[in-house]
Amino acid sequence: MILLVDLSYRPGSLSFDEFVTPVEKIVQQGGHVTRIRHFTDLTGQDLASADGVILCGTALADCGYLDRVDRFAWIPSFPRPLLGICAGMQVTAKAFGGQVSPGLGIGLAPQEVVVPDPLLAGRDRFGAYELHSLSVLPPPSFRVLVTSPSGAEVIRHPGRAVYGVMFHPEVRNEWLIHRFLALCGRTDALMGERG
Amino acid sequence: MRLGVLFSGGKDSAFAAWKAMGKEEVACLITVVAGNPESYLFHTPNLHLAALQAEAAGLPLVSVESAGVEEEEVADLSRALSLAAHEHGIGGVVTGALRSVYQATRIQRACHELGLWCFNPLWLRDEEEHLSEVVSSGFRFLVSGVSAAPLGEAWLGREVDRGAAGELAALARRHRMNPAGEGGEYETLVLDAPFFRKRIEVLGATREFHGDHGIYRVTDARLVGK
Repeated sequence: MILLVDLSYRPGSLSFDEFVTPVEKIVQQGGHVTRIRHFTDLTGQDLASADGVILCGTALADCGYLDRVDRFAWIPSFPRPLLGICAGMQVTAKAFGGQVSPGLGIGLAPQEVVVPDPLLAGRDRFGAYELHSLSVLPPPSFRVLVTSPSGAEVIRHPGRAVYGVMFHPEVRNEWLIHRFLALCGRTDALMGERG
Repeated sequence: MRLGVLFSGGKDSAFAAWKAMGKEEVACLITVVAGNPESYLFHTPNLHLAALQAEAAGLPLVSVESAGVEEEEVADLSRALSLAAHEHGIGGVVTGALRSVYQATRIQRACHELGLWCFNPLWLRDEEEHLSEVVSSGFRFLVSGVSAAPLGEAWLGREVDRGAAGELAALARRHRMNPAGEGGEYETLVLDAPFFRKRIEVLGATREFHGDHGIYRVTDARLVGK
């Protein structure tokens, strides 16, 4: 089961179908069971039964998750693959000691791979859709894998499959989510559970 | 949160408005009327009916004119959003964008500069499923413009019911066309929606068709009870 975490301003928000549903569709197309939880409703059982976690992004004006970083204290000890998208990258970086600072990126931007990684499928350069008002200063131990004119775009934990992606891979770069799912291992029947 | 819906009068912005009403308060509709029929950002046929549609929905309409020149359209959009924020106290904007990164980027930038939230509740929907859901949800709409070869003159003014939606989906699969018309293959005009208190009755219209482009322009319409 792949656990998708909704970081938007409240459970069942108007941002859900914009930032969570598209990722859910890609994960299910990859043959994985999904479970969706809002970040304020996550339980230990959700995390214990997840083969991987994807923290989804939220609206550009929505920074409420940064007022609740205590809700992400589980991230450093989560033992399986994790992918934080945009807002998800920000809370992942903060959970490991990184920082966020103002940094605007809206629209398609060129991405340059500076450190190859299995997540990046051998690509050197590609375009990606950015939608962020904050940028990440990665934790010192993390590697920066991809950069764009607005800063670090993909970062990785030094020893584990824990990634942060600032752009939105669900827009035109679905391949990255499929690569992440391959790292999560198991493929299950197509079905989902939302709540 | 009080929201304004960027409204073209077509099925996608109307459906987005309906989705938004289920989650937040929709305070007004916002229309940018482009003088240029090839407008990059704004849907154009029958925008003069937006006032009638807003009246049908019982919502105020904020309307701003644009010359429809590519990059000036963003300034026109900002002017419209700013006016809606001032007149109706909106904190965010809803769009019916499905997949256009070009459109989404420009609207997101305009909202960010004005300190407004931006919501795209139809973003990345499967277009064929979307078209089917709009029809099955009780929206009534007709084809008000075509600009793709598989869609001939006979589509102008045709109501998109289940049968027509099925035909559009089949044409899209055969001709690699976007089934929801996201690439501008066709435009629509909403006559009725679940949130309309009255429906629109078309009393008169003209058809223009040249090559593979056509417009169904409503010249007379009124509101009638549902």
